[in-house]
Amino acid sequence: MINPDSVGRTFPGAGSVTVSQSEIDAFAAVIGETNTSVAPPTFSIRISLSQYESILTQPEIGVDWTRLVHGDQKFEIFRPIVAGDVFTCSATIETLRVAAGNEIISVRSDLHNGAELVVTSWSTLVVRG
Amino acid sequence: MVNIGGARMTEVGMALPEKVFYIDRALLKAYAGASGDENPIHQNEEFALSVGLPNVISHGMLTMALAGKYVTEWAGGSANVREFSARFIKPVIVPAGEKVDLTVVATVTEVDGNTVKLDITATSAGVKVLGMAKAVVVK
Repeated sequence: MINPDSVGRTFPGAGSVTVSQSEIDAFAAVIGETNTSVAPPTFSIRISLSQYESILTQPEIGVDWTRLVHGDQKFEIFRPIVAGDVFTCSATIETLRVAAGNEIISVRSDLHNGAELVVTSWSTLVVRG
Repeated sequence: MVNIGGARMTEVGMALPEKVFYIDRALLKAYAGASGDENPIHQNEEFALSVGLPNVISHGMLTMALAGKYVTEWAGGSANVREFSARFIKPVIVPAGEKVDLTVVATVTEVDGNTVKLDITATSAGVKVLGMAKAVVVK
């Protein structure tokens, strides 16, 4: 069970993540994008999802990652990600509800390069009961 | 937008041309590596069946990334996408040895200066796989 006290709280990610050109190239290659001067619009999920895994599976929150299904996703991109960006990533648990035995959490990821907010994204994650 | 030299204006209701992407197991493996999402339901058929899925399924985020490619192609590049959202309403099922389609179309729903909102439809094998898929681009 997810700890209901975690709702409304923001959890910092561990350390920072530096985006490399080879990561952007690999992501772009999968979708057939040849211009890799900036990252494709969904690239930041690579950072957010791994941060979610390390943050949300902590015992004080209690998400069972093995039962997770991705329900929906939204990105707000303030400027495109480029190689050399150094991101800190926080996860904010916005809502938690239970439906048909599943726990459904809405979590927000804010990617900052220094003081600059570059991408905010929202994920609805369903932990199957 | 200004209509220059007979170029078609972007107007509300305008339908964008359809594009078909193909997804196979090799693409799932490549996306797993590129995204860091190594969940075995996207690569291992035995595992996928064991958790009640009909077969290996695509990462929802791969489906969304391809729909994103569709949007960026029309918008003139990745740098022009400001918002992008979708619900994963049905899985894209990817049997071994097959290439399954992801067919994407979009309609212009709002034009405000150079900002354009799109409603996107993505289907695979005739089944709608993304719901409420929308993008805001600057064009």
